[in-house]
Amino acid sequence: MGTIKSVADLKNLRSSIQEANQKAIVENNNEKLIEINVAMATCGIASGAKEIMEFLIQELPKRNIVAKIKKTGCMGYCYAEPTLEITIPNEKPMVFGYVDIKRADEIIEKFIKKGELVDGVIPINYELAT
Amino acid sequence: MSIKYRKNLLICSGSSCHDASNFDLMDFINVKLKEYGLDDDIQVVQSVCFNKCSIGPNMIVYPDNVEYSTITKSDIDDIIIEHLLNGRIVERLVYNDVNIISGTHKKQYRIALRNCGFIDPEAIEDYIEKDGYDALAKCLTTFTPEEVTQQIIKSGLRGRGGGGFPTGVKWDITSKSVAEQKYVVCNADEGDPGAFMDRSILEGDPHSVIEAMAICGYCIGANKGIVYIRAEYPLAIKRLKIALDQAKEYGLLGSQIFGTDFNFTIDIKYGAGAFVCGEETALIHSMEGLRGEPTLKPPFPSVSGYLKYPTNVNNVETFANIPAIINKGADWFASIGTEKSKGTKVFALAGKINNVGLIEVPMGTTLREVIYDIGGGIVDGKKFKAVQTGGPSGGCLTEKDLDLPIDFDSLTAAGSMMGSGGMIVMDEDDCMVAMAKFYLEFTVEESCGKCVPCRIGNKRLHEMLTKLCDGYGTPEDLDLLRNLSVVVKDTSLCGLGQTSPNPILSTMANFYDEYHAHVVDHKCPSGQCTSFLKYYIDEENCIGCLVCARNCPVNAIFGEKKKLHIINHEICIKCGICMERCKFDAIYIK
Repeated sequence: MGTIKSVADLKNLRSSIQEANQKAIVENNNEKLIEINVAMATCGIASGAKEIMEFLIQELPKRNIVAKIKKTGCMGYCYAEPTLEITIPNEKPMVFGYVDIKRADEIIEKFIKKGELVDGVIPINYELAT
Repeated sequence: MSIKYRKNLLICSGSSCHDASNFDLMDFINVKLKEYGLDDDIQVVQSVCFNKCSIGPNMIVYPDNVEYSTITKSDIDDIIIEHLLNGRIVERLVYNDVNIISGTHKKQYRIALRNCGFIDPEAIEDYIEKDGYDALAKCLTTFTPEEVTQQIIKSGLRGRGGGGFPTGVKWDITSKSVAEQKYVVCNADEGDPGAFMDRSILEGDPHSVIEAMAICGYCIGANKGIVYIRAEYPLAIKRLKIALDQAKEYGLLGSQIFGTDFNFTIDIKYGAGAFVCGEETALIHSMEGLRGEPTLKPPFPSVSGYLKYPTNVNNVETFANIPAIINKGADWFASIGTEKSKGTKVFALAGKINNVGLIEVPMGTTLREVIYDIGGGIVDGKKFKAVQTGGPSGGCLTEKDLDLPIDFDSLTAAGSMMGSGGMIVMDEDDCMVAMAKFYLEFTVEESCGKCVPCRIGNKRLHEMLTKLCDGYGTPEDLDLLRNLSVVVKDTSLCGLGQTSPNPILSTMANFYDEYHAHVVDHKCPSGQCTSFLKYYIDEENCIGCLVCARNCPVNAIFGEKKKLHIINHEICIKCGICMERCKFDAIYIK
């Protein structure tokens, strides 16, 4: 990895990251990837997020689903851990709480494959400073 | 993607909505949908709390994103006929056009938590993609240190660790101290019971803190940064270390950052988890390898801190705000919040509240909005009694303060304090004397022992509270308790002792009747202090089966078969086993 020696270097690095994302889309038959964020702060891991993450990493390829699975920090929904945020291409992100293996399976089969909602949806309740 | 269901009805499954409906909304709607032959077309989904408990039961029609509130049984037909069949929104059930899924009129606004839950904390690329390190680049290449400091002053950002000191002013003072070496310290020694804001930020977005520390170093003229973090946060430490390594590899830390002559490195020092080490002078002593004891200020760390060099200490959350201020401008930040407290505050909601969690709200949001809308109300629909803010140094706020806009000054004026952002909610079952005792127990444990008022005064306060809770208190104890609290507050050396009697003073001010009941009526009004309770046997329900007598561990129950039993209160240890074992509800507490 190259070091950043100037503002231009930082901008270049950012565009190469964006290009890599773009390339992944092209490789996926020009379709955007499904993005799955797993909340994995100490509290999420303690309530079982790691198992859910492993389940997704194992199961998604088996079921022919290409997705970008990412561990993130706390999403703030401590009362509903483990939580997942799933973004289906061209749709708004959807957050699911109280995810166990059974619900994760349901999310793959119903929400990811068919676009049907499953129990445990958490309405997003904040605005982001972006 | 084939979509089977044309629409989804998201039903809030929060306990508050559930209680408000008095009937099983989901089942009822399912039956209705079947009646209309829509069950193949429309799906009912159980959703987590919408945070709009005051107007429940709530429902969202997805993907239309129309939200209906205060639904009754008779409204269901209207929703089905008008909305689901004819596509017309039932306006009378829509409240204020507040739309939850689409993102308007949200109560929460995330600045410090802007990346938490969205980026992989172990991948610097994720942070860079989200404009990461732009603020540092901008500061180093286009602004002088004074200009950056002026921006922070203008933004109105105040220390989020609890003190509320203007961050920019602190940077300015440290920058004016002349020395060959200066330090930037990040205080990640989060010790308040029930607070986890700093941990969440370090675990979710460590680079924002690293970037801000470098900006601070540039402003004050320091090339060394230290994160003082408690060793009890292993995951935060691991992610911070990974982030530091990545920043170093990319040259974002080290020498000649962004091709300028600014050098900056960051080290980590571990705290052993002493509460007092969150106080900046104690923290500095702990870093120097000395006992974690506070010393009198002045000299302030900005003048003489770590190894006697000027040191700027800021809290994790304070740092997390900095890159956003640089990127979006001081005016933007100053436009959020109240007159004297700008921006947002992260709170850790805990206690008897439905949605325990991490929230970030603009300063000036009321307690009612935090507790009832975001927090989802009190567990089991019980009555709200008080909320403790500011941890063991804070005070409690009661129902009369619910509409108080939260900021540094309003909380202080109401007899509590902002603190680092822990919010512990209590309901009608919590005894305020026992609550004060709990916090004093914590301070007694955590007092460093250096000054007499804190070491011995707090111990005596705790003893008195224990006496009260055990039922041996006298009215004189109350005066003594108040006087000693004031003395400890006035004469202690550091913030820990100066604030530790606050839970006593604020509960005495707000709930004097409870203290009075403990010493005069010999009762605990909420029933939490079990020493006041006595177990009795109900004459009508007792059938004389002897089960309670056989199970009593101290043989305090007497009676013959098929005759009424009696509990000897002299012997009874109030363990409650009799009540648990009785199959006839014949044992009660009074």
